[in-house]
Amino acid sequence: MRDTTLAASPTRGFLTRTELAGAAILAILIFLVLPAILDPFRLNLYGKYLTYAFVAVGLVLCWGAGGILSLGQGVFFGLGGYCMAMFLKLEASTPEATAIQSTPGIPDFMDWNQVTALPWWWEPFHSLTFTLVAVVAVPVAFAFVIGMAMFRRRVGGVYFSIITQAIAAILTILIIGQQGYTGGVNGITDLRTLKGWDIRTDDAKEVLYLVNGVLLFACLGIAQFIRRSKAGRLLIAMRDREDRVRFSGYDVAAFKIFVFCVGAAFAAIGGAMFTLQVGFMSPSFVGIVPSIEMVIFCAVGGRHSILGAVWGALLVNLAKTGFSESFPELWQFGLGGLFIAVVLFFPEGLAGLWNRHVAPLPARLRRRPVPPQVPSPAAAPKKPMPPASPAGTSPAAAPAE
Amino acid sequence: MSIENPRLILSVEDLTVSFDGFKAVDGLNLYIAPNECRVIIGPNGAGKTTVLDLICGRTRATSGSVEFKGMELLKMREDQIVHAGVGRKFQTPSVYEDLTVFENLEISYPRGYSVFGALAFRRTAEVRERIEEVAEVIFLSDHLDQKSAHLSHGQKQWLEIGMLLIQDPQLLMLDEPVAGMSVAERVKTAELLNRIIADRSVIVVEHDMKFVEEIATRVTVLHRGKLLAEGSMAHVQADPDVIEVYLGH
Repeated sequence: MRDTTLAASPTRGFLTRTELAGAAILAILIFLVLPAILDPFRLNLYGKYLTYAFVAVGLVLCWGAGGILSLGQGVFFGLGGYCMAMFLKLEASTPEATAIQSTPGIPDFMDWNQVTALPWWWEPFHSLTFTLVAVVAVPVAFAFVIGMAMFRRRVGGVYFSIITQAIAAILTILIIGQQGYTGGVNGITDLRTLKGWDIRTDDAKEVLYLVNGVLLFACLGIAQFIRRSKAGRLLIAMRDREDRVRFSGYDVAAFKIFVFCVGAAFAAIGGAMFTLQVGFMSPSFVGIVPSIEMVIFCAVGGRHSILGAVWGALLVNLAKTGFSESFPELWQFGLGGLFIAVVLFFPEGLAGLWNRHVAPLPARLRRRPVPPQVPSPAAAPKKPMPPASPAGTSPAAAPAE
Repeated sequence: MSIENPRLILSVEDLTVSFDGFKAVDGLNLYIAPNECRVIIGPNGAGKTTVLDLICGRTRATSGSVEFKGMELLKMREDQIVHAGVGRKFQTPSVYEDLTVFENLEISYPRGYSVFGALAFRRTAEVRERIEEVAEVIFLSDHLDQKSAHLSHGQKQWLEIGMLLIQDPQLLMLDEPVAGMSVAERVKTAELLNRIIADRSVIVVEHDMKFVEEIATRVTVLHRGKLLAEGSMAHVQADPDVIEVYLGH
């Protein structure tokens, strides 16, 4: 069954009215409501949830628009997070702070694993500038290599998904196995300051939460720009008829590599913000399970809607925290069941439900009072009905006042 | 342009493709002149569609050469072949169902082929005019804002022809453009094709003999991947081998 209702291609303006309203509601929630009503601990928790929204927004581009289902986004989330963690760990590992180690001045886990000198590839992470570049550049470079290897050879569909999943598994095993260089299964922990600024205080957490929100909106802006461009329409076209796009003169692989890299960049920014807000990074955010969870956030929110993806990440994580506190052993089943339910019954996710039922409400409500007011047929033509959105067009076509 | 034979736009020589030992196209020679409309006919499994696939790079040839305006197409990628000036219409209508008619045509507008070109692509007045112009030709002016999923079968075929038209290829390859059409649609399509083949070379694969007669300059008959006969429609129809193949089928 093909879904023809997705409102992915508005013809006019950068944002349709419903999209603008949706973005405004989200902005008010993230920047005003949540900071006002939540205590620092809860706010930090929401900040953590929102780092997953970066991944989900990237998946809307890759999967929703381009049809490329990556089950290994945790790899990019993790790489971004690890790059950030390496910088913070080095800053926390001054010779003074690590004086009790047999080799002072290197991260504690290295010392525990009989590593006696900082590995060469850790050295550049003394520099914040290098780190900030690496947070995005390393995952994007990795995504580029994977993309070149797969899309140039026309590997797609399920095969692509399986391979990305395998990559997630491999990277987890690698990180766990190389304990002396990566912190192993515990990850890189005990992160304290960013250029002397203590990231563990409530104030710092609030600032980081807001920075996270701003970055998320920047990514949403970029995603919207791509979707609105011809490249965005090409992605949809490729998902439908890859051959037709190819024989219209486009290098299909280049577009797939591009969008996969953008998805990786978003995930990496989310990962770095996760490290900053949560204070550690570990392989449990890299592997298969977190990667699939990220796809579920996107699916629940609606894989054709970038705002839906943010809601999906927020709500599923909220549910996860709630459920796993009360029924820790049942949560995984609940999540699996949720995914199946969404795929079977709400393939457009929350965004689809919104577009179908909530967004047309204002127009419907305005139409309703008309019949009782005008009993005489002669008066009817004088009162023009508000233009109803014709079937098949985006609900945004209906004026929302 | 300095090509070996300026009177030919396309020279296919000794073209062979073998799928696990089965030769779908076997030592085929085919020469197309500028502004010629060549129709390829033949029984099912003769290799007609495969020939088109080989020329446009969809299938890789086992051996032989395909020379277009002095360029060897067999060494080029599909999108490069398109940029060289070869357009291809598929047998089943291939349109982007989730996009509107306008957007379908816009994607085929020959500009902004690279990733960054596509990101920077703007819907200028020039683009708009050209799309409206083509929509007029393909009878879809009133459907520009409609999702192409809601078009009829015949309209989808026209849309795909329109997408090629906007691309403005020098060599246009059409695979069964009237298959599955109603009589009225077929007549309109013949009229449409007659308009668009005027200033370019065209290769058409078609079963509908009446339609072939209407548009063909020359006819090539394929049988089991090999050239069986070539010439005018009347000449081919009188050929005893051709009669044998078609009646024996």
